[in-house]
Amino acid sequence: MKAKARNADIDISKEFTPEQLKKVDKIIEKFKDRPGALIPVLEEAQMVLEFLPMPILKIIAGGLNLPLSQVYGVVTFYSFFTMTPRGKYTVRVCLGTACYVRGGKAIYDNIKKELNVEEGETTDDRMFTLETVRCIGACGLGPVIFVNDNVHGRLKPAKIKDVLSKYN
Amino acid sequence: MINITVGMATCGVSAGAEKILDTLKGVAKGIPASDVAVAATGCIGMCYREPLVEVSDGKSTFLYADVTEEKAKKIFESHVKDKKSVDEWVIIKNHSEGPEFGYLGKQVKIVLRNCGVIDPDSLDEYLGKDGYKAIKKILAGVTPEQVVEQMIASGLRGRGGGGFSTGMKWKFASMSKGPKKYVICNADEGDPGAFMDRSVLEGDPHSVIEGMMICGYAIGASEGYIYCRAEYPMAVKRLQRSIAVLEEKGMLGDNIFGSKFSFRLKVKEGAGAFVCGEETALISSIEGKRGTPKVRPPYPAAKGLFGKPTNINNVETFANVPWIILNGPEKYAAYGTEKSKGTKVFAIAGKASKAGLVEVPMGISINEIVNEICGGIRGGKKFKGVQMGGPSGGCIPASLADTKIDYEEITKLGAIMGSGGMIVVDEDTCMVELARFFLAFTQNESCGKCTSCRIGTLRMLEILERIVAGKGTEEDIPMLQELAQYIGKASSCGLGTTAPNPVLTTLKYFKDEYLAHIRDHVCPAHSCAALVKFIINPETCTGCTLCARDCPTKAISGERKQPHVVNESLCVKCGKCFTVCNFGAIYKD
Repeated sequence: MKAKARNADIDISKEFTPEQLKKVDKIIEKFKDRPGALIPVLEEAQMVLEFLPMPILKIIAGGLNLPLSQVYGVVTFYSFFTMTPRGKYTVRVCLGTACYVRGGKAIYDNIKKELNVEEGETTDDRMFTLETVRCIGACGLGPVIFVNDNVHGRLKPAKIKDVLSKYN
Repeated sequence: MINITVGMATCGVSAGAEKILDTLKGVAKGIPASDVAVAATGCIGMCYREPLVEVSDGKSTFLYADVTEEKAKKIFESHVKDKKSVDEWVIIKNHSEGPEFGYLGKQVKIVLRNCGVIDPDSLDEYLGKDGYKAIKKILAGVTPEQVVEQMIASGLRGRGGGGFSTGMKWKFASMSKGPKKYVICNADEGDPGAFMDRSVLEGDPHSVIEGMMICGYAIGASEGYIYCRAEYPMAVKRLQRSIAVLEEKGMLGDNIFGSKFSFRLKVKEGAGAFVCGEETALISSIEGKRGTPKVRPPYPAAKGLFGKPTNINNVETFANVPWIILNGPEKYAAYGTEKSKGTKVFAIAGKASKAGLVEVPMGISINEIVNEICGGIRGGKKFKGVQMGGPSGGCIPASLADTKIDYEEITKLGAIMGSGGMIVVDEDTCMVELARFFLAFTQNESCGKCTSCRIGTLRMLEILERIVAGKGTEEDIPMLQELAQYIGKASSCGLGTTAPNPVLTTLKYFKDEYLAHIRDHVCPAHSCAALVKFIINPETCTGCTLCARDCPTKAISGERKQPHVVNESLCVKCGKCFTVCNFGAIYKD
């Protein structure tokens, strides 16, 4: 299992810079007394830190005066939040119906083989994280994958290597 | 004056529209803006021909498809220097003729009236298309009650899938007492294969905002939220920019257009949970909680966001509203059938020749959409059916495709209108596998609150997985039906109650496919890997050795330049040989 531990004992002072942690404090401060603050705080914090390990959840829970259970519950409920480190590039394979019937599964299997990871995992060199998505709405171009914000459409399994090799 | 617009919604950008826009802007440099204007626009709906460029020379318009950078330069030169169109590349001229006109001919554009026409980031262009005239009109002397009445008279029904009367929904929210009320736009378009709402938000965000303002006035709300899924970053950005411009101009905020009406709008991004499309789950999510649905009643109209009366409609519903107010409810109700009025936008995906966005009057048949508008099935394959309504919907077989698009008619067949996703399937699609796919989706997205949904769908999924692996038994079919019944009855929200629909409809219309998997261990569509044999046709095999080199288990053998053969006992059915063969010599049986 690659990087799947809940990393409760991760040392955040080693993983993140003091600037990053300061930004998180500022985010908490900004949203503190607004209703429904938790999700935007988590979203912005993840943008700064790239992932949200347990010690960060504790900081956020304390800052927003919420039970840790609620923060953990929300983080694990929504697929956008991650508690494990991410690769430099996130490869998201669309397995929505339209892509699926046009061969999205073969694309997905091929990428898994190419990167040697399973869904949600990150390659050992922290270059790629593999995810699946349910339809990004580019159905006319299926099958498609996202690499960070770039969309690659009308893919064929044989093209995967080429596409991934552009990212390094 | 020549106007050049490039379709820049997600589908266009994915196909490379950004480069085309840059190229055109590059060649337009140095030419006065009064002569040539290059701008972005939203989705024209013809996703299958992206990138699309439209040129208007003041007299005529020319739509070009599959534009490359080279083509773009040539189109530009021809129009600007020679004052001529490049006729062999024009697919539609003057919105009324040309080789691709058949795609637009039967469409009626109300929701998509501005998509692909205006620059979505330009308030002025929206204003130029009668934008914000509807809200001005009602603020100038139409009472909230009259607005609600007009909405009821229009016959508009919730376009998110439920099909409840929009006017009645507004009436209930307007009758709830309280100083604080909310309007929410549900832009958490999660059905796989559905992208109508994304196109509207990306192509015409102001129409949705104006619809929400009108709703706010009608029900007495001064605050609104747009809950947009985070998978749609372009839609989120365009909404935020549009709201900022309106605030700057005083068109959102206090005393709009000098009236007593005040309205503020915020965009909330989702965080990737399908169930948040359900209205009570969506409310929980805006409140910053896990998106689990709540038991209704109380309905949001009485007790919604932060416990206050709330009205929720989806994107397409709101986009209809300004048009209805300006043109009158009678004109809207003139389209459609007795109980389903107006138009509906469908996102056509799957095996149709022309995949894209179509807006058609209610009452048109599925056949007309698939065969006449979308040009039938790709590659001349046989039309097998459509899946409507996403994972909550059902499959309608080709034999019933003369059914009219109408909430009640579709429901009678076991499917639902849904939000408008229409996946077209052909003879190569296995219906058991399709049902398995949808169930895997709902299983994955089940929030876990109700046992029937959390565990019931898993049990159903296991059975379907068994069947597609060729290990099913005859008892599996009644077992699926029994489970489906319990899950439908015992789950609390729409996700659970409708989860068995794809299985039930495929069992109803395609039972022979299930039986073929179970009794004969055959997948009639040659799609289920475990039940497929790969065979090399000695007539067409050139002996190029490509498949033999790529086979992971060395199951393919043969001399160079001689026909190859697959060793059945070694084959793991990965299908790699089938994909790599350049001569189509490998077939599935």
